[in-house]
Amino acid sequence: MLFFSYFKEIVGREVVVELKNDLAIRGTLRSVDQYLNIKLENTRVVDQEKYPHMLSVRNCFIRGSVVRYVQLPPDGVDVELLHDATRREARGG
Amino acid sequence: MATGPGLEPLVDQMISVITNDGRNIVGILKGFDQATNIILDESHERVFSTKEGVQQIVLGLYIIRGDNISIIGELDEDLDAHIELSQLRGHPLKPVIH
Repeated sequence: MLFFSYFKEIVGREVVVELKNDLAIRGTLRSVDQYLNIKLENTRVVDQEKYPHMLSVRNCFIRGSVVRYVQLPPDGVDVELLHDATRREARGG
Repeated sequence: MATGPGLEPLVDQMISVITNDGRNIVGILKGFDQATNIILDESHERVFSTKEGVQQIVLGLYIIRGDNISIIGELDEDLDAHIELSQLRGHPLKPVIH
């Protein structure tokens, strides 16, 4: 629930989503749902020369189950706040 | 609270699906459910290789199980029309490893 809320806060920011098939996609975060499925706008595959599969795709839906990493905007995360929140959640509060 | 993947705006549009085994299937989205199972009409597979241009294989009406889907992309038909598939080379996508 915590990361769902967190991702909702950074809607509109630019992120890079790295998938479990090694594909990395840069785009603007448009939405996220309870499975952490992600919708991106204005997408570009990071290594487009090697993987031209999405040359004509600008908006996409990424299934949460295949996401390996989400690279966040450096100023898009308050580490202290998230740190406290994760500890609170781990304690069950 | 359980809402679906929100693919309503893509229904009856051309979409490009990347599956967990690295295939790229293009077709018209006809339906979907909360598990991202989808129905694709007039679908075909685009096979990328580094040796030759993109091969297209006609598949027809397909149902793809959500478990096996990585990406659903909205295919911009204008952009797509400007791509010379027979000249396009690319590495095959790797399969998803969980």
